[in-house]
Amino acid sequence: MLDLYREMRILRRIDDEATALQRQGELGLWPPVRGQEAAQLASARALTPGDFVFTSYREHGLALHRGVRGADLVKVWRGVAGTGWNPHEIRLATQQVIIGAHTLHAVGWALGETIERGEQHPDAAVAYLGDGAMSEGDVAEAMVFAASFRLPVIFFCQNNQWAISEPVTLQAPGELADRGLGFGIPSVRVDGNDALAVYAVTREALERAHTGGGPTLIEAVTYRMGPHTTADDPTRYRTAEEVAAWAERDPIDRLAALLRSEGVLDDEAEREVAAAADAAAAELRAGCVALADPEPLAVFDHVYAEPNRTIERERAEYQRYLAGFADANGFVEVDR
Amino acid sequence: MTRLTFGGALRSALHRALAEDDRVVLLGEDIGVNGGVFRVTDGLQAEFGPRRVIDTPLAEAGILGTAVGLAMHGFRPVVEIQFDGFVYPAFDQIVSQLAKMHYRTGGAVTLPITMRIPVGGGIGAAEHHSESPEAYFAHTAGIRTVVASTPQDGAVMLRQAIACDDPVVFFEPKRRYHVKAEVDERVDLRTALPLDRARVVAEGTDVTVVTYGAMTGVCLDAAAAAGDEGVSIEVIDLRSLSPVDWESVEASVRRTGRLVVVHEAARHGGFGAEIAATLTERCFPFLEAAPVRVTGHDIPYPVAKLEKHHLPDLDRVLDGVDRVLGRVAASPVSAEPAPATESLAVRTPEPVR
Repeated sequence: MLDLYREMRILRRIDDEATALQRQGELGLWPPVRGQEAAQLASARALTPGDFVFTSYREHGLALHRGVRGADLVKVWRGVAGTGWNPHEIRLATQQVIIGAHTLHAVGWALGETIERGEQHPDAAVAYLGDGAMSEGDVAEAMVFAASFRLPVIFFCQNNQWAISEPVTLQAPGELADRGLGFGIPSVRVDGNDALAVYAVTREALERAHTGGGPTLIEAVTYRMGPHTTADDPTRYRTAEEVAAWAERDPIDRLAALLRSEGVLDDEAEREVAAAADAAAAELRAGCVALADPEPLAVFDHVYAEPNRTIERERAEYQRYLAGFADANGFVEVDR
Repeated sequence: MTRLTFGGALRSALHRALAEDDRVVLLGEDIGVNGGVFRVTDGLQAEFGPRRVIDTPLAEAGILGTAVGLAMHGFRPVVEIQFDGFVYPAFDQIVSQLAKMHYRTGGAVTLPITMRIPVGGGIGAAEHHSESPEAYFAHTAGIRTVVASTPQDGAVMLRQAIACDDPVVFFEPKRRYHVKAEVDERVDLRTALPLDRARVVAEGTDVTVVTYGAMTGVCLDAAAAAGDEGVSIEVIDLRSLSPVDWESVEASVRRTGRLVVVHEAARHGGFGAEIAATLTERCFPFLEAAPVRVTGHDIPYPVAKLEKHHLPDLDRVLDGVDRVLGRVAASPVSAEPAPATESLAVRTPEPVR
């Protein structure tokens, strides 16, 4: 449990560092995760390494838990790469910006798993989505497929109360978890700021998925304590009172209180955790600022998996165009 | 050689792909027991089982999104969209997911997905069953877009599409499903005409007609009719709309100096515009006349009893040939009525009495 606490503290620290890097012009954008550390990391800890995770774009906790470090956490947000990691290597899909689209990818992966390995002992596909995504058609279709094919999928919904400026009440008049029942999917609502509760329900859903029991919807009720992204001003749409009330339920403070009462966390352990968090933030910063811009012709890389004459022609044309500019010595290449 | 319909040739290709590679799975609506509404998957579920030939819920985004996940797991999904007009709910998954995944993952994730889509009109169908949406897909980087028009090409191109590591939109012209021909089902894909190559289907010297899909048949008939009148038409079946085999088409246009582009889809922003523009850029000094487009009108697809007035037919293709030969004066632009200038003039309000 101390490991979980340490990881939550590291996540918050690098989250703050990334926001600072954005403010300093080193990142183009950052979607802060503050407030959702328990929902992400306690559920991540329940998974086995074989389970394939499909996330939206705020799930820095999942990336951290799957071993993504330093600059790789922010390459996308600096605008130097489309992904910070190889999805196959750590069984974590690249972040998804189209809300809810990846839930179908999770369903497809799970279908492949049952085709290949049968229903009895498959690995699970775990889709992390938000309260806003629950309104998307893709998510409804994903739940239909998952239920009809009885697939090993967990729909892990972090209900953080806000989809940019839209409150969760605009997505559903009642509880989001109720929606899963209509699809025939066992559904559970959990306090997403209670790390142990999140861990417990995720384990249960995973047990169901791993033993042929089909999908589960988990609604983890939590709160996005920060802005939607660094480009957002949440004071336009929510009150300071609301933010303050949720600050009282900070998942890190709650786990710290529990660990202290259990005698697991003391001042020395706290200092060790803080030092680890600072080290992770320093690694992130150093890696981030050292990231060079890609070479211009990299715009043509990987559009297709196979050779493509359109791309080859345009690459050659653009290369010729670039060659027309003066080099470092002031000479222009005239041989075109 | 076996005598097969276009649909039968496609079925043969799917059968071969399923038999040769365990990773090939078929997904779609009514493709299992029912064998697909055009029977292209007839009997395949019975032979290969419901894990390889999968009837899906009625959710096109779901089908495509599921295919993405299957491909990430290592499968080579072949999805059937039941009709051209039903592909739009899946558009986001195709454009934002399939087309971009390899690029945004730096090549780490390949999605070898084939999307079979019956295309086009001329079969007297109900609404949303006769669309020509190819330009949307050809415009999208990261996917390949091809159209087969003969049983032999159907048999080979579908296998090539399935073997391709890129996502491929594979259009099947509905009017051609029952066209029969001798088909060699065992063509070696390594020596076959590559998927991204055009095919000269009729040689000629006076006019190059570039087309694809069901219009290939119409243009061949037009070429035969024109030949009777002493006009020699070269017909090129483009086959691949992305990428385009410009070299083959360019060589033809340089020889004939005259280009007519024919497709069913609407003209405005249609694929013919790309063909005309690129060949004008490449062949300008060789052109004897401005390229002519013979296309569907810029209208929603009309009701069945009017589709003959929408779809280019033999006479409309020959009219285009006449125009590019300067035999009729009117180009589409100059044929337009002069703008009603009075409507642009400032009108003096009637005095209020």
